[in-house]
Amino acid sequence: MNRRVYLDYSATTPMKKEVLEEMQPYFIDKFGNPSSIYSFGREAKKAVDIARDQVAKLIGAKTDEVYFTAGGSEADNWAIKGIAYANKDKGNHIITTKIEHHAVLHVCEHLEKNGFNVTYLDVDEHGLINLEDLKNAITDQTILISIMFANNEIGTIQPIKEIGQIAKEKGVTFHTDAVQALGNVAIDVNALNIDLMSLSSHKIYGPKGIGALYIRKGIKIHSFVHGGAQERRRRAGTENVPGIVGFGKACELAMENMDTHIKHLKMLREKLIKGIMENIGYVRLNGHPEKRLPGNVNMVFEFIEGESLLLSLDMVGIAGSSGSACTSGSLDPSHVLMAIGLPHEIAHGSLRLTVGDFTTEEDIDYVLEQLPKIVDRLRQMSPLYEKVKGGQKSCTQKK
Amino acid sequence: MYSEKVMDHFTNPRNVGEIEDANGIGQVGNAKCGDIMKIYLKIENDIIEDVKFKTFGCGSAIASSSIATEMIKGKSIQEAVEITNKAVVEALGGLPAPKVHCSVLAEQAVKAALLDYAKKNNIEIKGLEDFDPDEDPHDHHEEEEI
Repeated sequence: MNRRVYLDYSATTPMKKEVLEEMQPYFIDKFGNPSSIYSFGREAKKAVDIARDQVAKLIGAKTDEVYFTAGGSEADNWAIKGIAYANKDKGNHIITTKIEHHAVLHVCEHLEKNGFNVTYLDVDEHGLINLEDLKNAITDQTILISIMFANNEIGTIQPIKEIGQIAKEKGVTFHTDAVQALGNVAIDVNALNIDLMSLSSHKIYGPKGIGALYIRKGIKIHSFVHGGAQERRRRAGTENVPGIVGFGKACELAMENMDTHIKHLKMLREKLIKGIMENIGYVRLNGHPEKRLPGNVNMVFEFIEGESLLLSLDMVGIAGSSGSACTSGSLDPSHVLMAIGLPHEIAHGSLRLTVGDFTTEEDIDYVLEQLPKIVDRLRQMSPLYEKVKGGQKSCTQKK
Repeated sequence: MYSEKVMDHFTNPRNVGEIEDANGIGQVGNAKCGDIMKIYLKIENDIIEDVKFKTFGCGSAIASSSIATEMIKGKSIQEAVEITNKAVVEALGGLPAPKVHCSVLAEQAVKAALLDYAKKNNIEIKGLEDFDPDEDPHDHHEEEEI
């Protein structure tokens, strides 16, 4: 293998050296427990406080509105279960969408089995919700709206400010899973009317196993872990100090570099989309053409299956992702691709390529050199492609 | 996830293509499931002289098709009809549980091509009496029309 190109930044990002350097002392030299009163403990506590401030600054929150978690999934679980159980005297209705991450959808399914009603909003062909649908779904029993900031598969960014405004006017708590948006979109929780927000460190060049939940002051929510007094008694357990320090540093770097970062990602994304569209037939871009994450490219390649595409790309050193059924162990393609109305036969051929800070133009050139050959090889092997060669219309042609 | 044998057959699939004067053609699966296998047979004097395939599907679907064609080439009709999906899995050095249906599809594609040959030549092949090439080997929890 001559070259290795990583294009799965939405799955995880490599940690930045500056982040690792910031974390290192907290494994061996500054190992104290932040709850201890002596200097070892105070040293660790101070580091946690600094990190909390760094996270808060990136999202326009107050420092004491940031609660550290073990990652984005825990933050989603806490937000939804915490609000639901703390407010069940007010109502039992939750609104979300059909394209949420499983950390939201599976929690909602769990709550449905425990007496709550959940409305799953449809999305349009680009993955956007309809604000009128949202307004119409709210009842006097609605206690929570949970709608993701940006979709992890197709990159579509929702109208968060407007959603927050609707929630505010109706007196409903608004949670957003911003795991994919953090660092890639400017976020101000107050300007966007957000009450709770899930964050993850390893999507922004920080360590894995650490995240946060933003909880607006005054929001009624149950504690997630009972035990010690950590995280103001809402999430017990000794803090992951090196992880927290790393997450804080990653947030600081994200804030400092955001403009350059977004510009770089957009340039690479456009080059990749243009190159694919110009050189490969029967393809379609999934997600919104403009309201999308700067580093997200999600396309379907007709007549071939996503896992075959991924394995073939891996053979030439390129790492990507697919929403095909075969990569999920189920028989249906991803729920997101189904929700935007893709027919099964073309949803199976989806490919997500997500670029990041360490992606270069040469990486994209290499992908654009390899991908057409791979697609052609798989299509030549596909009995579906015969029909098109014989003049039958394709799905992307119909659209 | 995949054995070396699966990756070998995925990377270098044997017998890919079409046979222009095939006298047995079988296709199974559907695009909704993400797997379609099409097998072309050239049978002479009860022996499978040539076999080619085309597959739309994942790595294990392509590997299963490839190895199945190797397993039946040069065999008699009766030997070919007796090749099971279990034999395909064993020949591949195993398949992950969610991928076993690909080997079922390979077995069915071979049988479908043999059935086509039988119909065209007005003969009966032992073991294909109850075989229905349109039967879906997937265990679907929902049935929708595309």
